[in-house]
Amino acid sequence: MNAVRAHGGYLIALTLILTLILAIMPLPLIFKPYRPDWTLIVLIYWTLALPNRVNVGVAWICGFLLDVLLGTVLGIHALSCAIVIYVSTSNYQKIRNFSVWQQAMIVGMLLALHHLLVYWLSHFLSGTYFLPEYLYPVLPGVVVWPWIFLVLRKYRRQFNIK
Amino acid sequence: MNLLFGRSTPIKLRLTLVVILSFVFMGMDKYTDGSATLRAFLNSLVTPIYYLASLPNESMSWTVDQFKSREALQEENQKLKRMQLLQNEKLQRFAFMQKENEKLRALLDSRVRQKGKKMIAEVMYIDTNPFRDVVVINKGHTDGVFEGQPVIDEFGVVGQVTSVATTSSRVILISDTTHAIPVRIQRNGVRAMIEGNGRLNALKANNVPHSIDMAEGDILVTSGLGGAFPEGYPVAKITSVEHDLSLPFAQISAEPVAQLDRVNQVLLLWFQKSPDELQEDSP
Repeated sequence: MNAVRAHGGYLIALTLILTLILAIMPLPLIFKPYRPDWTLIVLIYWTLALPNRVNVGVAWICGFLLDVLLGTVLGIHALSCAIVIYVSTSNYQKIRNFSVWQQAMIVGMLLALHHLLVYWLSHFLSGTYFLPEYLYPVLPGVVVWPWIFLVLRKYRRQFNIK
Repeated sequence: MNLLFGRSTPIKLRLTLVVILSFVFMGMDKYTDGSATLRAFLNSLVTPIYYLASLPNESMSWTVDQFKSREALQEENQKLKRMQLLQNEKLQRFAFMQKENEKLRALLDSRVRQKGKKMIAEVMYIDTNPFRDVVVINKGHTDGVFEGQPVIDEFGVVGQVTSVATTSSRVILISDTTHAIPVRIQRNGVRAMIEGNGRLNALKANNVPHSIDMAEGDILVTSGLGGAFPEGYPVAKITSVEHDLSLPFAQISAEPVAQLDRVNQVLLLWFQKSPDELQEDSP
């Protein structure tokens, strides 16, 4: 069992680092508000596929790195990612049984939860006010979910990550 | 088959731990100064990610440069030469005026201002958070960048350095809601504070009485008070002055002179911060 557990961890880490890069990659101003939350989407995929390996702890670390990269108050994204991933891990068996588009809807809800949590925490910590723009990344997230799902499933099977 | 969480800590316990940890970090970051060193360390740690993220953009501009046609280059060269000629002419006058200024200052027994070091830095990352106006530049501790250092571009003041990592640092723009900069009007020397609005093209001056002489089109330059910025760099241009007498102060909005929406290369300034200069300026 130990041998199975230790397999392919760096491959998972690689995808997550890639999403961190995508999260801060410069984009034209027009597309900027619509940047999907790559990190969280990929995290959700891994928690659904391998809930025993990727769950709250990994999500917290990724969120924390996001905080450092984005320059927000440390802990905001970390907490939000951890809570969202907690929700998806505790329901992973249900979510797995849905079709990809139904999953996309659920991912959309999780992303919306993430953005509301981040907004809430930053409202209390740095006094920002709500703008509808804050929820714009949810829709692109829903749209990219099926593709992320297919690509990562292929990736997971190809490299036999368990 | 792998048991879900069979061997490690149960997931609820993990969540609780992580939530507590997050609140500890948030509290530390918000209410103490202890996180500055931690942040500097963490920023140094993630600097490679900034470099990787700016790679596609850089390679794109490199490719564009490589495939520029000969004519375009020649044209650009001509334009730059013409510009240099014009600027050289200005510089000649400037050198003369600087000498004169120094002599006059010496006559008046005030300090002669020293020239400081300058360094060009490139912007690697622009913050995506709609509530913060922050950019990351590719110079850090190893280049001698320090916290609070003024940053300008070819037109005017861009902002100041807020945190320094080993090879990168974070610059807060003058348009950020938490930033304010002391200025004076170039035309008549009236002092004011310019605050950010959260929008890249709009700044505002708060607490300006109705009686003060400020007009549309006035250029605001740094006053040097407060010691964070050297004196005399252009900051903003006043776009509107409204006198609504039902309000205690005039409503003044200004537009930054620096091109904050397309910052690409910036200039870091080193200058002598001397408290006695401040005292001399205010009799």
